[in-house]
Amino acid sequence: MLIKFEDVSYEYNSGTPMVQRVLHDVDLVIEAGTFNCLIGHTGSGKSTLMQHLNALLVPSTGVVTVPGGEVRAQAKTKTNVIREIRQNVGLVFQFPEYQLFETTVLADIMFGPKNYGATDEEAEVAAQKAAQLVGLDEAVLMTSPFELSGGQMRRVAIAGVLAMNPDVLVLDEPTAGLDPRGRGEILDILLGLQKQGKTIVVATHDMDLVAAHAEHVMVMREGRVLLAGAPKEVFSQADTVNTAGIYLPTAAAVYAEAFGSDEALPLTLDEFITRVVEQT
Amino acid sequence: MIEIKDLTFSYDKTEVFSGLNLSIKEGEFVAILGHNGSGKSTLSKLLVGLETPRAGELWVAGLKSSEETIAEIRKKISIVFQNPDNQFVGATVADDIAFGLENQQVPRDEMVALVATYLNKMGLEGLEHAPPHELSGGQKQRTAIAGALAIGADVLILDEATSMLDPAGRADIMKLVRELAQDAKRTIIMITHHLDEAVYADRIVVLNEGQIVKDGTPLGVFDDVEGLAAIGLDVPFAVRASKMLYERQVIKKICVTNEELVAALC
Repeated sequence: MLIKFEDVSYEYNSGTPMVQRVLHDVDLVIEAGTFNCLIGHTGSGKSTLMQHLNALLVPSTGVVTVPGGEVRAQAKTKTNVIREIRQNVGLVFQFPEYQLFETTVLADIMFGPKNYGATDEEAEVAAQKAAQLVGLDEAVLMTSPFELSGGQMRRVAIAGVLAMNPDVLVLDEPTAGLDPRGRGEILDILLGLQKQGKTIVVATHDMDLVAAHAEHVMVMREGRVLLAGAPKEVFSQADTVNTAGIYLPTAAAVYAEAFGSDEALPLTLDEFITRVVEQT
Repeated sequence: MIEIKDLTFSYDKTEVFSGLNLSIKEGEFVAILGHNGSGKSTLSKLLVGLETPRAGELWVAGLKSSEETIAEIRKKISIVFQNPDNQFVGATVADDIAFGLENQQVPRDEMVALVATYLNKMGLEGLEHAPPHELSGGQKQRTAIAGALAIGADVLILDEATSMLDPAGRADIMKLVRELAQDAKRTIIMITHHLDEAVYADRIVVLNEGQIVKDGTPLGVFDDVEGLAAIGLDVPFAVRASKMLYERQVIKKICVTNEELVAALC
């Protein structure tokens, strides 16, 4: 076990009349080196949960254990622990290309390590390595990030987080708004990082991505983790998944529509064909 | 409705189109597919006069696009962009729909009536006084479409209008677009990466490096799985699945939409 949430709740505007509880009694476990997907309707609490993974938010109740330390409600976490956590867990926000700001791609990627005390030389080495991991050409490093295509800008933003060499990479909708080629490239980068031993946590609306690549899926509804497990287990509970306002992977949705829902819906094209041929 | 003849366009030294020809009839619902950099968005900018052709002709609703005609053309053609937050200019939904009408100097009485009509048509009743931060992405894009149609445009361009929305927002906008496409006088040009949206168009045009490489019905275009793969495009799940099932003699036809596939299996 690498990451653990125990009875975690979170309230915005705590202690004021505007208080709003957005996470309720969340218990979850994420294993090291796995590919995890967080799914749920907009507003179900995915982003709030993710911000607990690197101590951007401190729980209102409960304990979050992550590489680098634990963050406990009602207790002051030491600054050095928070620094440690933020180096170990890299968080990439949704549409991160809007957060690029430096004059060159290289300077943008170097910003994180420098902020954490690396020298210029160390930061540059880290940035070069991160750029390589996301497949950015050496030639673009000295250009302005604003001259790049959307897909390339997103890779720069991911490289900026990778330059800190985190053990865990958390990404909010990393493929949203990209064309199929860009989507495939980002996915390949994430799978490559997982092969190197990193733990990946992705919030996504792309159920076909979840069906094809996730090892562990967490379904959120109204601030609670409704279901968690392997994609097969989770999507076999089609009725429960539907109450979360999310869609089934295409293969499962078409199969369920044609033959009715069952305990082992096909998740991929090949599974779909096999099941249909059996049926007819 | 739209005629493009030998159109040439370049950004500085990068050539996007050299001799593009395309004709779109009134009432057609055309999806334009192609990966990033294929020229899709440049085409939409040329159509609404945000960019000017270097050579060739562009006709919209019988008007040849030029500096003199562009104001008139913009009454006939409207565009909805990708980012719902970047195109919401009003303080409320009603203000936002009125914005285009104010630009066209529509008299107030008419404007009030038009705003009410399009609030209603786009299913935004009750939200007229809502500020943008209280709206979902889908509702913001509905507002953008309402504003585009309120000025009386016959041609609606959707430039990746669903790509930043969640699945519920996308489904909502696609339902609306399919309803709008029923109108025989309304021409819709939808630029998209989502194959599951393109399948509902009457016609699909595939762009690659500034050239039209495919032009036909969804069935005709998606039949060429290898050809599309060669330019980095996928085909919808229903096409892949129905081809495999057809070979195994489980079903008797190739399907394009998931609905058709379900019907073929039942």
